Amino acid sequence: MLKRNGYGLLIDYEYCTGCYACQVACAQEYQWPEGMGGIKVIEVVQSLPNDKAYLAYLPFPTELCTLCSSRAKRGLEPACVKHCMASCMKYGKIEELAQEIGQKPRMVLWAPR
Amino acid sequence: MAFSKEKLKIVRTTTWSAGPGCHGGCGVLAYIGDGKLVKIEGDPDHPWNQGRLCARCLAITQYVYHPDRLTHPLKRVGQRGEGKWQKISWDEAFDLIEEKLGKIREKFGPESVVFAMGTGRDIGPWICLLAYAYGSPNVMFALSGLACYSPRIAAVETVQGDYCVLDAAQWLPQRYNDPKYKIPECIIIWGYNIPASCPDNVFGHWIIDLMKKGTKIIAIDPRLSWFASRAEKWLRLQPGTDGALAMGFLNVIINEGLYDRDFVQKWTNATHLVRSGTGKLLRESELVKGGSPANFVVWDTKRSHPVVWDSQNVKYKLPDVKPAFEGKFNVSLADGTTVSAKTVWTVFCEEINRYPVKRVSEITWVPEKDIVEAARLYAKSKPASIHWGVPIDMTPAITPTVQAIAALWCITGNLDVPGGNVISRYAFDAVAYALPGAKGVIRLDSEEADKKRIGADRYGPLNKFIWRAHTDLALEQIFTEKPYPIKGIWIQSCNPVAGIGLDPEKWVKAIKKLDFVVAVDLFMTPTTQLADVVLPAASFLEKDSLRNWWIPLQSINKAISVGECKPDIEINFELAKRFDPTLRWNNIYELFDEVIKPSGMTFKELQEKGWAFPPEGHPSAPYHRFERGLLRPDRKPGFQTPSGKIELYSSLREEWGLEPIAHYEEPPFTPISQPELCQKYPLILSTGRRSPVYFHSEHRNIPWLREIEPDPVIEIHPDTAKSLHIGDGEWVWVENWLGRCKLKAKVTPVVPRWMAMATHGWWFPEKPGQEPSLFGVWESNVNQLIPMGFQGKDGLGAPIKHLLCRLYKVNGREG
Repeated sequence: MLKRNGYGLLIDYEYCTGCYACQVACAQEYQWPEGMGGIKVIEVVQSLPNDKAYLAYLPFPTELCTLCSSRAKRGLEPACVKHCMASCMKYGKIEELAQEIGQKPRMVLWAPR
Repeated sequence: MAFSKEKLKIVRTTTWSAGPGCHGGCGVLAYIGDGKLVKIEGDPDHPWNQGRLCARCLAITQYVYHPDRLTHPLKRVGQRGEGKWQKISWDEAFDLIEEKLGKIREKFGPESVVFAMGTGRDIGPWICLLAYAYGSPNVMFALSGLACYSPRIAAVETVQGDYCVLDAAQWLPQRYNDPKYKIPECIIIWGYNIPASCPDNVFGHWIIDLMKKGTKIIAIDPRLSWFASRAEKWLRLQPGTDGALAMGFLNVIINEGLYDRDFVQKWTNATHLVRSGTGKLLRESELVKGGSPANFVVWDTKRSHPVVWDSQNVKYKLPDVKPAFEGKFNVSLADGTTVSAKTVWTVFCEEINRYPVKRVSEITWVPEKDIVEAARLYAKSKPASIHWGVPIDMTPAITPTVQAIAALWCITGNLDVPGGNVISRYAFDAVAYALPGAKGVIRLDSEEADKKRIGADRYGPLNKFIWRAHTDLALEQIFTEKPYPIKGIWIQSCNPVAGIGLDPEKWVKAIKKLDFVVAVDLFMTPTTQLADVVLPAASFLEKDSLRNWWIPLQSINKAISVGECKPDIEINFELAKRFDPTLRWNNIYELFDEVIKPSGMTFKELQEKGWAFPPEGHPSAPYHRFERGLLRPDRKPGFQTPSGKIELYSSLREEWGLEPIAHYEEPPFTPISQPELCQKYPLILSTGRRSPVYFHSEHRNIPWLREIEPDPVIEIHPDTAKSLHIGDGEWVWVENWLGRCKLKAKVTPVVPRWMAMATHGWWFPEKPGQEPSLFGVWESNVNQLIPMGFQGKDGLGAPIKHLLCRLYKVNGREG
């Protein structure tokens, strides 16, 4: 199942601020035309009791995400991870990232390819 | 600075707009191939952003090579606003401007030309260079009440002589790892939304770094901001009531004894006496014949007698004084009378006690329990810091509000301590131009000429801290021509018709009334459409320049050229030389060298280094500088205020005839101050919701950014939307007594039921530029609902965050 390359993205969405740096970093890296891109930021506003709500953002790797394989070959992080303003994205081997995912709440591990 | 890698040249430089639209500071690597920018990345070695970069900067290739980029000077050939232009050469443009502005100067005097600037570009010093060379004192930041940043700086300096900001270890090259640094236990985020902005020249996401290291957040915001949703305490206040909330915090902290009494006694003017009858500070000149009015008086408990505080020497005139902290005393004056006087602390506490938590809760709509708990959390956290946003400026009573907030960090002992609010001075004290706190290298030499500066005769802060023309008065003066006519305007990095201008229709009329209008910009905007000459400016990648705000000192290094675009500094320098042949610099590099001279480096040396931090012991390096005598020019411990102390009772405000102590004033357009208007316009309208992809009126033409936020939105609570039959994504009219605009409803619980939050700065670069359209600016510019002329008593602040409105569906039932 992990045979392709076994790499993924670990997102700590407690700290994703919805700054869209990842999305535009990807657009710049691959010169995507409008409407296309390897990562999209999703906004989730969950209403809570007592007129409160939790405002969350989540970077979602799309069908166009290659985990920046060409950058990885040069020893570079994916463009989205490199520029993440909140430093809440991590690229690595899925097995290693999976170790980290239980260490705190509000984490998600993407294995896009 | 530059090296080769895979055929691409990398230029290491510093961001500052034009381009990303910000106050700069991020280190970037610009990848250049065949002389063109291929890509930009955050510089991993730079201590400021540590490799990170925002969406707007990452879209910079689409910005610099945009097909609509202005690349040649243009001269108007049709009527103003008709959109008919002719390309001209730079020589023709400079000759034309020299001739036209020269004639105005000859006939009406140099003050009859206003030099208008916006924000987020390094043009501050360079527009002053040009205006002062021309001879005009009227450099104008084109926002009503100058309501962005400089009022906060002026107000903080009124209290403590130097500005201060959140300490995220930005002064230390090793940042969070420096052993001197402490992580704040708690930060109050006061009216500031993270994903979009970096106010106070603080990289916004530093706060995320600190949260990961354990910092707790108190969020003060009517909106459920990102911080609010993660805060230990979230106080949803009615916009504009920040001053009352701060007074409520002070009430809790003082009455529960959570303040640092030793600090207050030693470093503030708490012990100075205030006369009961006049309510004014008692001065040495009243106490003894020939005494100085600059010296103040305390009651010495040891001698049971008044003793003089010598402001100039920052010490008492007698040894071993034990000044009374609280109380009322009878003092015999030089004229033989006896008056009663109280200490500043007693008078301050009397004012604070007018704000019991119950009353503050009624004003702010924040539950009493939350006010008390937040105040305790802040006061008990050591260190604790306050980071605020522009809503603090955007209210007419900005100064009394800031006096209250500044008192919070002062009396809790959080000033200039690691992890607190740290004094922020320009790196190496290298100051380019007249800003609050420093007069700089570029200055208007003639005091006579400065007397003609619009508003200088009326507003105290404009003669002490802010060396600008007063915007609201200048706009009026264009119409009244009193006391002298305004005949021309130079508009640089400034878009009053679509962005910075309130009541934009008035700005259009004003600009059209003038004899000669020059605009300097990167793209055509609704404002440039009204100019006679439009000059194409360079982005930050196309220029050499400086950044010293606050720390480190950085060079901006030219990486590319685009068309015939010129950097603002080069445009202004050429014209400054023409208007003032005695200008003392031969080229821009001599000017840069002089500006950064205090650093001991030349501009070239700085470029080699990229950035530089002032050394330990320098007045622009932290911490505890008031104790070490690093703040005052005489190197004595204390502050750069008239008394040398933090002034809980402001002697400057007293001098200006204004209330000297922190307090709350109800803003002009709230349900309380306007009960009748509120009947017709029942919703609070707050404006200026930030977007991570736009900077004010910029970037709507950048495809990668526009696709993220394609339309101007207004946030409406689901219950409110339901009652008005408005669905998510529907267009609505937002209307009040001044006008209306059309925005797209974003139905979301992040706003309260009683408030709608609008985005600002909207125009449509894809729509026709000529009048009447002016790029569709009249459709969605929310500033049509905000008046000019409601600045505070000291000229500062404007009601931008708290107006009233009603909403109804476009094409629906009208009203």
